[in-house]
Amino acid sequence: MIDPRLSIIKKRLENITRIVAVSGSKGGIGKSTVASALALALAEKGKRVGLLDLDLSGPSTHIILGVEGLFPEEDKGLIPPVVHGIKFMSIVYFIGNNPSPLRGNDISNIIIELLTITLWGSLDVLVLDMPPGISDSILDVIRFIGRMEFLVVTTQSKVAVEVTKKELKILRELNIPILGMIENMATREGSSLHKEVESLHIPILGSIKFDAELEDAIGDAQRLSRTGFMKSLVALLEKSTIFRPDTA
Amino acid sequence: MHEWALAESVIHTVGQEAEKNHLKKIERVVVNVGELQQIDMEIFRFALDTVLGSYNLELDPANILLQIEKSLLKCRVCGNEWSFSDTMEKIQNDEAESIHFVPEVAHIFMRCTACGSPDFDIIVGRGIWIESIEGE
Repeated sequence: MIDPRLSIIKKRLENITRIVAVSGSKGGIGKSTVASALALALAEKGKRVGLLDLDLSGPSTHIILGVEGLFPEEDKGLIPPVVHGIKFMSIVYFIGNNPSPLRGNDISNIIIELLTITLWGSLDVLVLDMPPGISDSILDVIRFIGRMEFLVVTTQSKVAVEVTKKELKILRELNIPILGMIENMATREGSSLHKEVESLHIPILGSIKFDAELEDAIGDAQRLSRTGFMKSLVALLEKSTIFRPDTA
Repeated sequence: MHEWALAESVIHTVGQEAEKNHLKKIERVVVNVGELQQIDMEIFRFALDTVLGSYNLELDPANILLQIEKSLLKCRVCGNEWSFSDTMEKIQNDEAESIHFVPEVAHIFMRCTACGSPDFDIIVGRGIWIESIEGE
């Protein structure tokens, strides 16, 4: 028995220059907001960008970007609708606002199905909003997609820091390129994680201060683009290669 | 019409397997089509034939055999077993369409027919599988 979907995934992604997985060790650290804002920033800079929400148990990028009432076009596969210049794909098209009681194997199967049937066309960057932590479904994504780089989000919380250390170590062990690490929702200067991250040779892009106005911009992409959060994120990402014309 | 994407995955895989196993002529391909995915067999067959035409494979389209596989769902809580066709009349059209695109969405719209739990396994009949590829 052969699962035919597995062989087509790389072909589906062959015209995408870079695939960036926005990942984080814990829920609630702003990973989906960073993924949405990254996609938005890339689109505003004229990049051809896609956003795939792979946090199947708690999809939220559609809420952050204010995506409502859309569905992919069917034409020899599913063509994601374009939202604020972003080709946007999410399980939410199929489950609506219902809870998704899915086990790991189901999540892996859904990810494989979405990667099989979604026709992205040519993109400069595909942003993946990953589920929290390193689970079997994340290992599947790494295995099936292959060429991807991680943008790791954490906070200054001791709990997030401890789990982030583990995530960074396993990414290093798996030889997965790391675009950088961002410390989100910072409330003080400095970080206990910096020394350890430097020893792993992971680029620290910097910190984004807690932005009390960000919550009011959720669901309004134009307002999100004007937040202090967005300005800080773009400034940090300028230190990476993601906006450079020769690499995307 | 996302049957096309699935048909392409079948033909692409057959090509890769033929190359891997040094098959010059493919005599028979058996494809299982799980009922949960509610594939339109006419479109799927047409898509297979059309996609095959764009691949350089020595395979007669008539030798791609399609077998519909009845689904078997098993509750993890009470052990009850049932099939998608047993409960189809309770599912709304838009819910069935979502399951058609992504079969695991069954966990959102279906419940165990005995105890009502959403915690069940799709044992067989999920979607498209290549049962066998024969050639020389």
